[in-house]
Amino acid sequence: MSEPVQAAAPRRSLWQALGVDSRLLGMIGAFVVLCLVFDVITDGRFLTPRNIFNLSIQTVSVAIMATGMVFVIVTRHIDLSVGALLATCSAVMGVMQVWVLPQSMGLGIGHPAIAPLAMASGLLAGTVIGAFNGWLIGYQRIPAFIVTLGGLLIWRNVAWYLSDGQTLGPLDKTFVLFGGIEGTLGDTLSWAVGGLACLGVLWAIWRARADRIRHDFPVKPLWAEALIATLGVGTILGFVAILNSYAVPAARLRREFRLRGETMPEGYSEVFGLPISVLMLIVVAVAMTILARRTRLGRYIFAAGGNPDAAELSGINTRMLTVKVFALMGFLCGLSAIVAQARLQNHTNDIGTLDELRVIAAAVIGGTALSGGVGTIYGAILGAVIMQSLQSGMAMVGVDAPFQNIVVGLVLVLAVWIDIQYRKRTGEKS
Amino acid sequence: MTPLVEMRDISIAFGGVKAVDHVTVDLFPGEVVGLLGHNGAGKSTLIKCLSGAYQMDSGQIFINGDRVEIRNPRDARAHNIETIYQTLALADNLDAASNLFLGRELTTPLGFVDDAAMEAETRRIMGRLNPNFAKFKAPVKALSGGQRQSVAIARAVYFNARILIMDEPTAALGPQETQMVAELIQELKAQGLGIFLIEHDIHNVMKLCDRASVMKNGQLVGTVNVNAVTDEDILGMIILGKMPETGAPKMEGA
Repeated sequence: MSEPVQAAAPRRSLWQALGVDSRLLGMIGAFVVLCLVFDVITDGRFLTPRNIFNLSIQTVSVAIMATGMVFVIVTRHIDLSVGALLATCSAVMGVMQVWVLPQSMGLGIGHPAIAPLAMASGLLAGTVIGAFNGWLIGYQRIPAFIVTLGGLLIWRNVAWYLSDGQTLGPLDKTFVLFGGIEGTLGDTLSWAVGGLACLGVLWAIWRARADRIRHDFPVKPLWAEALIATLGVGTILGFVAILNSYAVPAARLRREFRLRGETMPEGYSEVFGLPISVLMLIVVAVAMTILARRTRLGRYIFAAGGNPDAAELSGINTRMLTVKVFALMGFLCGLSAIVAQARLQNHTNDIGTLDELRVIAAAVIGGTALSGGVGTIYGAILGAVIMQSLQSGMAMVGVDAPFQNIVVGLVLVLAVWIDIQYRKRTGEKS
Repeated sequence: MTPLVEMRDISIAFGGVKAVDHVTVDLFPGEVVGLLGHNGAGKSTLIKCLSGAYQMDSGQIFINGDRVEIRNPRDARAHNIETIYQTLALADNLDAASNLFLGRELTTPLGFVDDAAMEAETRRIMGRLNPNFAKFKAPVKALSGGQRQSVAIARAVYFNARILIMDEPTAALGPQETQMVAELIQELKAQGLGIFLIEHDIHNVMKLCDRASVMKNGQLVGTVNVNAVTDEDILGMIILGKMPETGAPKMEGA
């Protein structure tokens, strides 16, 4: 490794002390700048609780799939069929809750079993199709690019066939709670969830430190741990506070009271708080991070991506691993289908169109290397948030539609270029 | 005395080319047997039948006199056979501990991988094998050739290998690191391991091996006791495919 320039040395050691990925810091920095620029141009309309709420619920579907795409790309594969797979899962769930369960099976509209059964069918469809893709790639040795390029056409049109191309709705009342605005936790529950998350962060930091002390390993200085803990807790509580300051419009509350046959008391107010869909994304992010870092499966995914031969020679069944990775991707497509469909409150024929590109872009902007072996879950989610912010911000500013897509494309290429330069600079071979 | 390993009458062909043609070699505990020959002579292919990377077409493998089937690397590991590959079968993006325990991770009672325990074990064994080793947190691609080789050797030693296959372990190393590996081989030998050493450098063969089996064009030229022959005798076996005329006793399986 080349010696860093003298002047850069102290800053580098600060980062080392914090033990934080400097690439993550760069991404957060870029995101903050992006938000501030949009906020200035829109005269403060970008960073309002309402817009942040909307941004969050718009990001969830792509972000959930992006976490799965990290594993796919880390194992040196690609999945071009996620948008089409989402559509098939959505069509299965739409057909189940609008036609099959209430009518053919006679449960009747509004039966409490409809939502769970519909969701289970969509998740099952996604997992099975994903596993089948994985089998074609892992055991039959067909390149993932081809399998999923074919899959893009196949599953998009299976969805069309299943739904007769119709928009399926209205959806089950419980089901739409998972879409965002219809299902939020409100004031108290949001704070409770935020509090639990903070405890979780503190516990994880403390546990990691205690583990290292127990084995007599070098540990970060206490101030560094405290700074990271403060930043983590501050971010969580700040996010909850923002969502909790987005009040439900009075007209909407009045309508809800009227539907229940009551009148709204004078001065009554409610806030949205944390959407259930965002909570789902957080749970997925934590689960996927644990999977990546703390389980054998995760270790094997990264090993197989770093050196497939070494993984095979170490006794890892890399073919089965491919099946598992794609099955997981399929399951997450099903989960995203729940969120996407519930947010739109219908199954539409074009649901998830071009999502494969957004998902891949999110993972890549988030630092996942297409050469395999490198990628993080938090990076992919941050990538999805950046993409969505860029798109919404431009729409808010009034950038013409063609320019919006041109900018998104440019940002994708630029992000990868910066990543390559970064790796060169740090002496990392890519 | 029963050999630790006996590979009897092994043949393997790739698309009509006989890469290994009825070859028999054996290995005793506490012994280093060199496998020699030109590139393409079939020595790596032969040894991959033992490590489970290839499946032989015909022949038998005996471990401690028992017939065994080795279908994949997992089977080989189950017989305490460890391989150190020429290409260093390490996952470059993972750190030393993750590589050392790859496929055999230590886990917590809840079944999660226990990185701290693995790092502690790695620090312990590296303290013995290569005390200068310090980069426990870096991905192995940030390590030098010798450091990477010591990770590969540590992997074999840690899991109590009884049969070690080393495919040109010093090919990518500088003189000091080569010396380190040579000392390590002596130590492992003293512990009673049997080592198959694939090596091109005659000097290393004469220094490290007890016997040498020479292959040419997929066939075994013969096996000689290294103390009973000269460098020239062995070169003659490799290049001309002829046993030395001075009549070193030809050693067959017991």
